[in-house]
Amino acid sequence: MTIFKTGFLLVALALGACTNADRFGGGGADGSFTGANGGIGSASDPSSPAFFNASIGDRVLFDVDQSTINPISASTLDGQADWLLRNVEFTALIEGHADEQGTQAYNLALGARRASAVQNYLISKGVAPGRLKTISYGKERPIEICSDEACYSQNRRSVTVLTAGAGL
Amino acid sequence: MMRFFLTLISAATLALPVVAQERSGPLRIEITEGVIEPVPIAVAPFIAENAAAAQFASQLTQVVADDLSGTGLFRNIPQSAYISQVAGFDAEVAYADWKAINAEALIVGAVTLSSDNRLLVKFRLFDIFTGAPLGEGLQFAGDTASWRRVAHKVADQVYARITGEDGFFDSRVVYVETTGPKDARQRRLAIMDYDGANVQYLSDASSIVLAPRFSPTGDRVLFTSYETGFPQIYEIAVGAASKRALGLDTDTMTFAPRYAPDGRRVVYSEAKGGNTDLYLLDPNSGQRTRLTSAPSIETAPSFSPDGNQIVFESDRSGNQQLYVMSTGGGEPKRISFGQGRYGTPVWSPRGDFIAFTKQNAGRFHIGVMRNDGSGERLLTASFLDEGPTWAPNGRVLMFTRESAGSDGQPALFSVDVSGRNLKRVATGTAASDPAWSPLLP
Repeated sequence: MTIFKTGFLLVALALGACTNADRFGGGGADGSFTGANGGIGSASDPSSPAFFNASIGDRVLFDVDQSTINPISASTLDGQADWLLRNVEFTALIEGHADEQGTQAYNLALGARRASAVQNYLISKGVAPGRLKTISYGKERPIEICSDEACYSQNRRSVTVLTAGAGL
Repeated sequence: MMRFFLTLISAATLALPVVAQERSGPLRIEITEGVIEPVPIAVAPFIAENAAAAQFASQLTQVVADDLSGTGLFRNIPQSAYISQVAGFDAEVAYADWKAINAEALIVGAVTLSSDNRLLVKFRLFDIFTGAPLGEGLQFAGDTASWRRVAHKVADQVYARITGEDGFFDSRVVYVETTGPKDARQRRLAIMDYDGANVQYLSDASSIVLAPRFSPTGDRVLFTSYETGFPQIYEIAVGAASKRALGLDTDTMTFAPRYAPDGRRVVYSEAKGGNTDLYLLDPNSGQRTRLTSAPSIETAPSFSPDGNQIVFESDRSGNQQLYVMSTGGGEPKRISFGQGRYGTPVWSPRGDFIAFTKQNAGRFHIGVMRNDGSGERLLTASFLDEGPTWAPNGRVLMFTRESAGSDGQPALFSVDVSGRNLKRVATGTAASDPAWSPLLP
């Protein structure tokens, strides 16, 4: 769980110097998706994951029980697609998440829908399907822990987690 | 697996009724109606037939008493209220003395510890108002390490004789032990006795684990683990160190597995391209059959006790509802039509009800309905109640209740199918995802 918390803080504060190989944020795979070594880089370097996370935005949010890409999300994902097309050495794992208002299996399926919606959007913008994978964490990995809409809205998310090299 | 030997003890003294009867027949509690006033009973201290058995006698008495009072159907009369003591296992029962303290039933037990470290436990049950034994005396033998199981077996017999239903005390629960805050939770597969004793772990906390389910014989467990990075279903033998992945594609999400009643097939959900459907798997041959092909979410499947039908949840109508389909395929039939969303259906082992989670107006409920969806009753309500599992006798449900807020933690609760006797299950840590075993052999 240290991995997860570290990842979260990096994303939230958009600081540099990732301590964890090349996991550049995200909601916390159990350390499985580590490929070649590489830092997160500087947020001022447009080809760095730090820039991707901080300036483009590695996540998009969803309405309750929905997996629709809204105009704000589409704008973020346009930026993600553009970045991925310019930085072909990176692959991405798209995590789908749900808030806690729902049952476990349903939320896993809902998270899979959200991740897939993001994947399809990125593919529609030209990103090669082979560079994108999806996973769902359902409601098991919230980033905000209060039990009201302020937190729920942040937890209904997808996170595009970059990996250097053909790490998928 | 521990074996128990059950011996009939010939009814020794058949005491005559010595008091006027206020009931027309023998003591009987109808569980389905629930009880408002628990029936007072006396669990007399079990007699140690040799000195070495003294401590076991005292512990066994306590577990038997706790099992019975824990159902909410019985109230233990404190020993300090007893007028007469049980002098010996075969001593004549002083019915008038027990009736004077309003005991409706008396349990008499005796314990012997043999030189080869085996416990012999015998008991008799007496109906105070009819002034007669309720069934034959019985003797159980087991090793000392499983003394709690012996106690549960005695309590199961008492429960069965008074309620006419099978007991459920000699059973186990597999669940997920959780530690840490909501955003950094660690999960570990664990098994405990139904009452929280004898916790044993099936996994470490290095991966997310979800929703374990017992095989019909209770010797294997299905669950979902993120060990490879992707959620996938696994099977582990209880007591074994290693698990096996059920032969599925890497990088494909599989979850929500459950055994068929024959133990030879597994129904589960698989998400492909964002779409979740149901599949049937023969774990031995690896053969997979797709059961649903809809763009909607189909998940949380559970077999009917005869194995011919599967109840599951789907949002094909626009939100989560319950459906029943034939195991052989065919068009599913919707059975839930009330307000709100329905999920996690699970068929009672008796085949008379389907339990479910319902979300409505910002609250979660555990409820039951008949197999055709009629007769819906909500048994609980809270911020988050989820994932019911049936006791082996189909009369009690256990589920996860999670408290709200930043410090929210899950805990296991149980409730009678009547809606009475809601209580927290005594786990040492926060816990979720319970699944009840069958009654142990």
